[in-house]
Amino acid sequence: MNQEQKEQNMSIEAQRREAIIEEMERTRWHRYWTQIKKDWPIYAMLVPVILFFYFFRYRPIGGIMIAFKNYDNYSDSVANSNFYGLYAFRYIMFGPQARDFWQAFRNTFTLSTYGLFFGFPIPIILALLFSEIKNEAYRAATQIISYLPKFISTVVITSILGLMLAGGNSVMAPGLLNGLFQQAGWIPAGTPMLSKPEYFRSIYIISNIWESAGYGSIVYFAAIMAISPTNYEAAKIDGANKLSQIRYVTLPGMAPTLTIMLILRIGETLNVGYEKVMLLTANRGNEVLSTAEVISTYVLKLGSIGIGSSAGAAAGVNFAAAADVFNSIIAMFLVLGANFISRRVSDTSLF
Amino acid sequence: MKRLDKSELIFKIIAYILVTLFALTTLYPFIYSISMALSGLQAVEQGKVILFPVDPQMDAIKALLIGERAKGFWISYTNTLFYTFYGTAFSMILSIFAAYALSKTNLLFKRQIGFLIVFTMWFSAGLIPTYINYRELFVNNRWGIIYGFGVQAFNILLLRNYFNGISKEIEEAAIVDGANEFQVLGNVYIPMSKSALATVTLFYALNRWNGYFWNMRLVQGNEHPLQVILRGITEAASNTDIIVNYPYSLYSLAYAAIIMSIIPIIVIYPYLQKYFAKGVNVGGVKE
Repeated sequence: MNQEQKEQNMSIEAQRREAIIEEMERTRWHRYWTQIKKDWPIYAMLVPVILFFYFFRYRPIGGIMIAFKNYDNYSDSVANSNFYGLYAFRYIMFGPQARDFWQAFRNTFTLSTYGLFFGFPIPIILALLFSEIKNEAYRAATQIISYLPKFISTVVITSILGLMLAGGNSVMAPGLLNGLFQQAGWIPAGTPMLSKPEYFRSIYIISNIWESAGYGSIVYFAAIMAISPTNYEAAKIDGANKLSQIRYVTLPGMAPTLTIMLILRIGETLNVGYEKVMLLTANRGNEVLSTAEVISTYVLKLGSIGIGSSAGAAAGVNFAAAADVFNSIIAMFLVLGANFISRRVSDTSLF
Repeated sequence: MKRLDKSELIFKIIAYILVTLFALTTLYPFIYSISMALSGLQAVEQGKVILFPVDPQMDAIKALLIGERAKGFWISYTNTLFYTFYGTAFSMILSIFAAYALSKTNLLFKRQIGFLIVFTMWFSAGLIPTYINYRELFVNNRWGIIYGFGVQAFNILLLRNYFNGISKEIEEAAIVDGANEFQVLGNVYIPMSKSALATVTLFYALNRWNGYFWNMRLVQGNEHPLQVILRGITEAASNTDIIVNYPYSLYSLAYAAIIMSIIPIIVIYPYLQKYFAKGVNVGGVKE
């Protein structure tokens, strides 16, 4: 057999192989098709939800490109705008208004770190306390009451806060809490508390605890209830008092839940919700923003879609999107980092 | 009779005290709101209301429900009912269909479709791309609010987990009797998962009822729901020092509006709370 024949043989061989693969592919898709035709109702049921996720969850993800483009509200579409590279990122981070961006970034970080530090233990303590209440009816009643604020809208909660913390004026006495703090001598008379930067963090964090501690205790309460009573009996025989029982039985028993919840919380470190901050600080002047402006509200402001701004007025949309993207990237690293550390330390991780 | 040692007894007493305090702290703002709505002008302006109504009046509530504020208030209330009803129905239909299809073992690409849905729980496009997306698809449209929101991956998973747990024998019996997939879903799955469906419906309905930002941003004026109007009323109360000649304080009006906006939640709450604690555990940290 000479060289030429060999090559010819090989190419015939290759062609045959290709044909077989093609045939297999064809039958595979054919098989899929017959199966889809047979079970068409379940595929028909998926059509609306796939359309929804495409249009409202995935289509916007493509819009992230505006952070890299010369897009503003006058541009006809994201796709048709010129590519600008990292210009928007450089502008927000090092441009003339970089100070505002980094301030918002710091505030986001501070607010959520304080929130984590003070807010994370409270639902756990609450769950421990609930588990001590052996009178079923009383426990159920107090638990149900404690979940309630979670179901009340942010607007209602921030409205009540706004009214209770108001500084008062020529007509109105100060709001209830404001008056109380004045009498206690904590704040000067006539202070509009929501306009002052020094109170914002406490207001935000304490009201968050009020709002969500009860509901947050559900998952820990379930974990505590899952601990077998025999463990407590054994600890008692060993002479453990209540505190050592909590230390050596309850806390280890709920450790997996604690770890997962902590990872989730750390992952959310940079997700300070815009709605509450925006509602608390809109129309309260600029002073309070030195502690209250967070990335998400800064994004709203740059993009001119927050309260009081008429949408479509500004040209900063791509800057806003860049701030948003920067935030998401850091947030993603936080989730991955927390997850990595937890897998190393405790064998518990989300993924 | 189990004996409590001293530390246990002390802890128990502390637990009762703290839990009671927490529950009272939770309830207090609501009681205070009712009292403020019902107190007289002078008492409110001088800050005399602490717990119970002082010099009771009904003028603020009347103004809101049948008087000078009634028109705007009821328009927004109707809007909220509209968004909540149609929005919840839309979200439920999509979620039930999706959960049912995803619970089938013979679904092709089940893992991939499941992943694409779960992915949206962890990653979203952000505010600006989302806003631009709405603008490109539709603007200033109340149907936009109904279709553009609501379907949440978490709720689909919650329903799917519940559907997975339903015994396949009844389903097979129904199929032998000649039922198609739609009939199986309607006659077997839906009747057997009432509690899960109730939980998810209530989650959706609450989200719709309480939603603020996008409703404020995407529709205008007469299409605004209650939360937007409520915000306007309370802002007016806490920001102005204009002397108005109403027989009630603007604070009372604001608190009356707050009460009216949470009454539906308080009314359904006793039914609601039975389900959601369960729902939280079903969805939990799985997946």
